[in-house]
Amino acid sequence: MKVALFITCYNDTLFPATGKAVVEVLERLGHTVEFPVGQTCCGQMHWNTGYQDEALPLLERFVTQFEHCEAVVIPSSSCVAMMRDHYVLMAEKIGDPQLMERVKTLLPRVWEFSEFLTKKLGLTDVGAYYPHRVTYHASCHGLRSLHLGDGPMLLLRSVKGIDLVEIANLDRCCGFGGTFAVKNADVSSAMLAEKTLAILDTGAETCAGADNSCLMHIQGALHRQRTGVATMHLAEILAGTEETHQCFVHPKAIDGTGVRV
Amino acid sequence: MSRIPLDPRTAPSFQTAAKVSLQDAQLRKNVKHATEVIQAKRKKLVDEKKDWQELREAGRQIRAHSLAHLEIYLEEFERNFTRAGGVLHWARDAKEAQEIVVRLTKEIGADEVIKIKSMTTEEIQLNRALEAAGVKAYETDLAELIIQLGEDQPSHIVVPALHKNRAQIREIFMREMDLPDLGDTPQDLADAARTFLREKFLRVKTGVSGANFLIAETGGICIVESEGNGRMCLTMPETLIAVVGIEKVIPRFQDLEVMLQILARSATGERMNPYNSIWTGVHEGDGPKAMHVVLLDNARTDVLADGEGRQTLQCIRCAACLNACPVYRQTGGHAYGSVYAGPIGAILTPQMMGMEHAQSLPYASSLCGACYEVCPVKINIPEVLIHLRHKVVERSGWWAPEKVAMKAVAAVFRSEKRFRAAQRLGRMAEAPLVKKEKQVEGLVQLKGSETTTPGWIGWLPGLMGGWTDTRDLQAMPKETFRDWWEKR
Repeated sequence: MKVALFITCYNDTLFPATGKAVVEVLERLGHTVEFPVGQTCCGQMHWNTGYQDEALPLLERFVTQFEHCEAVVIPSSSCVAMMRDHYVLMAEKIGDPQLMERVKTLLPRVWEFSEFLTKKLGLTDVGAYYPHRVTYHASCHGLRSLHLGDGPMLLLRSVKGIDLVEIANLDRCCGFGGTFAVKNADVSSAMLAEKTLAILDTGAETCAGADNSCLMHIQGALHRQRTGVATMHLAEILAGTEETHQCFVHPKAIDGTGVRV
Repeated sequence: MSRIPLDPRTAPSFQTAAKVSLQDAQLRKNVKHATEVIQAKRKKLVDEKKDWQELREAGRQIRAHSLAHLEIYLEEFERNFTRAGGVLHWARDAKEAQEIVVRLTKEIGADEVIKIKSMTTEEIQLNRALEAAGVKAYETDLAELIIQLGEDQPSHIVVPALHKNRAQIREIFMREMDLPDLGDTPQDLADAARTFLREKFLRVKTGVSGANFLIAETGGICIVESEGNGRMCLTMPETLIAVVGIEKVIPRFQDLEVMLQILARSATGERMNPYNSIWTGVHEGDGPKAMHVVLLDNARTDVLADGEGRQTLQCIRCAACLNACPVYRQTGGHAYGSVYAGPIGAILTPQMMGMEHAQSLPYASSLCGACYEVCPVKINIPEVLIHLRHKVVERSGWWAPEKVAMKAVAAVFRSEKRFRAAQRLGRMAEAPLVKKEKQVEGLVQLKGSETTTPGWIGWLPGLMGGWTDTRDLQAMPKETFRDWWEKR
């Protein structure tokens, strides 16, 4: 299948390793990856912070860039949730019936990375190898908006060598919430403190997730506290195989007292 | 017994108030414990209902239908309630509602009233108005009594004293009821409250309440509670005055079948409320001899007029969203500066009390969606929060620093060229703030992978400073994904 990658603005800029890993996994499974170069951002930050007028053109941009694609894969659950939860309403606000039609035709072909593997391709074992203790942070949007359910856990459980430990209060928010983390920094930090404690309680070396924005938040505290625990997008764990896994150990993991290969 | 009520017009912003709450370790412990207990009870009883999602949908439809035809059902309620011997009063706002209740107490010559726990009377600050008119109001709900005696403020819609633990309650009772030997078991505290309240029930001739539902078809008002103190207030006094929001009407008696199931399970984690009282007018030899309902608008029609905010009025005040909210869990209710706290308060308060007084509330959420998931009438609280944030942004001037920044970023996202330039510029701009970390000795250089992190930022200026108070930020790697893709 020809799969178009929407990397998302922040993954492109801050977490290119996640994009590389997605490409690696999809190509290993025999798919062709394309990358429409005009892509930028889904509009989530603007929309969720109240800047609707600024978010609307980004919807049109996304549709124009991706409507020709057979399948769109996005390694960020909150960006996919942004599209599924708000794009129809946004198209309504723009008031262009043609655009609405285009949005409605495109949305069913938009997949979050892990659900593309489990639901579209029906896979849980992608031949990955990661011999470390891992816990999984289910981001709120993945859980309550995309209903990813146990999909990501099934993928992780199939990874060879992995020691997967469940985190307590899996459904509780890490306190990121986009601009919430700076607008309500104190409350956000209090929420994060509970999350990092729960992660440390698992004894995991790596906290995996399907959304690097939450992971960036969590990693921010894990690093500040010099815990030695790294966060890593699910795709990066799935990208490693017994032959190549060393290449896909996230750079963050080699930092400080973190994971050693 | 006077206390300063929570009032969005004078309250500090959520951010400011939250700082105070976050420093109160006892409060946070109490809130976490109480919400965890209620959540666990709720979950058990919701899980046992195989048709819970269908019940939620039925609840949503009943409430949405009632709101869509509000004028019809309110008039039907008025006809049937009046026919049953009740007297209906319409109050446009809090002031009118206060005046009506004060006038009624004057007419019957009452100088004290007993009260059932009620959010609407909190909303209109009725106790203050009564006090100013020389009428003493006694709260009879156990938690409201604790709040009143402690000159405190309610912090939760269903369990207003949730932020207090037993030891703290004992202290208040010892002091205010003059009971130096009081123990701290639930039995001791309940006994003390019972003795204190029983005397009021027997003496005071006027009761004031709210209502959970107004039943249009019968003209009845439905009040549910757990203690029986509410029923005392409904049955003992000669006069009953209920202050009820206009949105509380439901069409038929039969609708209670759905509403009472979802309310009790969501609110207290019970299959049914221990006390379900329905009063329909006055009856010879049974209950109050006079019954008044004050129908309160207080900006509810404005909320109704807003297509996107309207669903807020579906709320049945179960407070499941408060218990589920990870933000409320940290701060408790007082930080919201309104009698309506938590996620529902964050959308209800700005709409009812005016955006200018509650601009910080729509942002008091990480949009995690836990509130929407538990809401028994499916109010999409995150969606309404985003809608209200838009209203806040619309009200702010073009010069607001955040707006300038957001507009600039949006312009960047509208062009791939500008986006790439911004990525390069960002890397240059952050460079002075980035701390590289030393390579740990003995680590193998890995083929095909970056061997060091791009470094970390431990301090950021201005709007972003809140992030680096407790968190580092990973710096940008040298190569973006799209750069790598092109070279590939």
